[in-house]
Amino acid sequence: MHVVLDNLDLYLEGARLTVELTLGSFALALVLGTLTAAARVSPVPPLRAAGTFYVETVRNTPLVVIFVLFYFGLPKAGVKYSPFVSGIIVLGLYTGTFVAETVRSGINAVAAGQAEAARSLGLTFPQTLGIVILPQAFRTVVPPLGSVFIALIKNSSVALVIGVQELTFQANHLAQATAQAIPVYLGAGVVYLLMALPSGWLVSVIEHKVAFKR
Amino acid sequence: MTAPLLADDLGPRGKRRALIASVVSGVVIAAIVAVAILRLSDKGQLDASRWEPLTRWSVIRFLLGGLVQTLKAAVVAMVLAMIVGALLALGRLARSPLVRWPAVAYIEFFRAVPVLLLILFTAFGLPKYGVHLALLWYLVIALIAYNSAVLAEIFRSGILSLDRGQTEAAYSLGLGYWQTMASVVIPQATRRMVPAIVSQLVTVLKDTSLGFVIAFEELLRRSQISGEFFGNPLQAFVFVAVIYIAVNFTLSRVASRLEVRQRRRYQAGAISVAGAEDLTVVEARADAATRR
Repeated sequence: MHVVLDNLDLYLEGARLTVELTLGSFALALVLGTLTAAARVSPVPPLRAAGTFYVETVRNTPLVVIFVLFYFGLPKAGVKYSPFVSGIIVLGLYTGTFVAETVRSGINAVAAGQAEAARSLGLTFPQTLGIVILPQAFRTVVPPLGSVFIALIKNSSVALVIGVQELTFQANHLAQATAQAIPVYLGAGVVYLLMALPSGWLVSVIEHKVAFKR
Repeated sequence: MTAPLLADDLGPRGKRRALIASVVSGVVIAAIVAVAILRLSDKGQLDASRWEPLTRWSVIRFLLGGLVQTLKAAVVAMVLAMIVGALLALGRLARSPLVRWPAVAYIEFFRAVPVLLLILFTAFGLPKYGVHLALLWYLVIALIAYNSAVLAEIFRSGILSLDRGQTEAAYSLGLGYWQTMASVVIPQATRRMVPAIVSQLVTVLKDTSLGFVIAFEELLRRSQISGEFFGNPLQAFVFVAVIYIAVNFTLSRVASRLEVRQRRRYQAGAISVAGAEDLTVVEARADAATRR
């Protein structure tokens, strides 16, 4: 127990990086995922093909494989970023595929009459999607997007393979330095729990705020 | 594949716009691919000499050996996690709080913790307490701890997704709790859960690659070893990424198909478990497919 309290600053430092990684990459994933979902429902074949290719390849590759490919493989082709920036990019790329599929299902859930009405008013495809469909789609996918967000908090731990000193990295480091592995790892687990639980509550609050009153 | 919802039957102007957008986006995508290829060949990454080791049988056999370890860890972890998960689900549904609360605590804690943290704990923590195992087992134990919690939630929502009339009818026939569970609830719920279980298998398969961190020689670790030996890490990582994609793509497809079929047949609701990302996507796809 003492080992956790004595090193509380390490935990806080790690938790701060975990939060930064999570929020930064989730922002990237939301943008990327929404654009990909839009591309996949668009009447433009090359965009649809590109969207499908991105989702099917990246989603089915283990996250740690993308990390090592990006951080240890791509520098051979002259692409190199700092560990933290690489972490944001890789987590954002990976999570973007899950956001894309979730948003796409939300788009499909919007009643067909909405798009027809928008078209009959003379709106173009981007207008129909941006003004009419997406605002309704996002409301219905708040719970699954929340699920993707909670998965992302946990996935951010994989950034330790490229040396980002987030929560799991700090806990592992501390456990190696002391002989008390159980309290050290358990402490980190509790911090993750403290991040996941409020996120779950926040998701349900947002869900109720934006839900359609039927 | 049906036409996308928003794009059916474009008018003449819409068709013209779509054509222009197709040409422009096609050119942009081609340009991006061309730049990537130029850049790679500029740095000599497309040279035959860098790819040649990956065509040698000895190298392929080495990597396939890694794949066998990956599959072994995934299957063992999955089977054991299903057994533990089933017990946890029954525990969480039990009437006695003495059984229910420990099950709830286990499920909520292990579902919120990264698998990687669990793997590091088993591999580096357990030996400090005198537990020495083969690397495979450290990985498998961590995967069981995490996935049994997720599977327990899948099992529980599968059981709860059944119409209450089923249990009520069983009770009114005079069946007891265990008889009802064994001969009415579980057989029906199991069928409902098959797609979710397959999608969780994809997650487990992907997570076995975290064994890389503790130097367990699965597919990714072996590709790193081969990449270092031949000086072609980029090519080796691309090669294993393709193997992972082939295996997981197939499994994901099976999961989505099964889910759609289940929904059509039983008109049952979604099984949703917060924080299980692959499951989220399978559910999302099935939602989209069955709503049409």
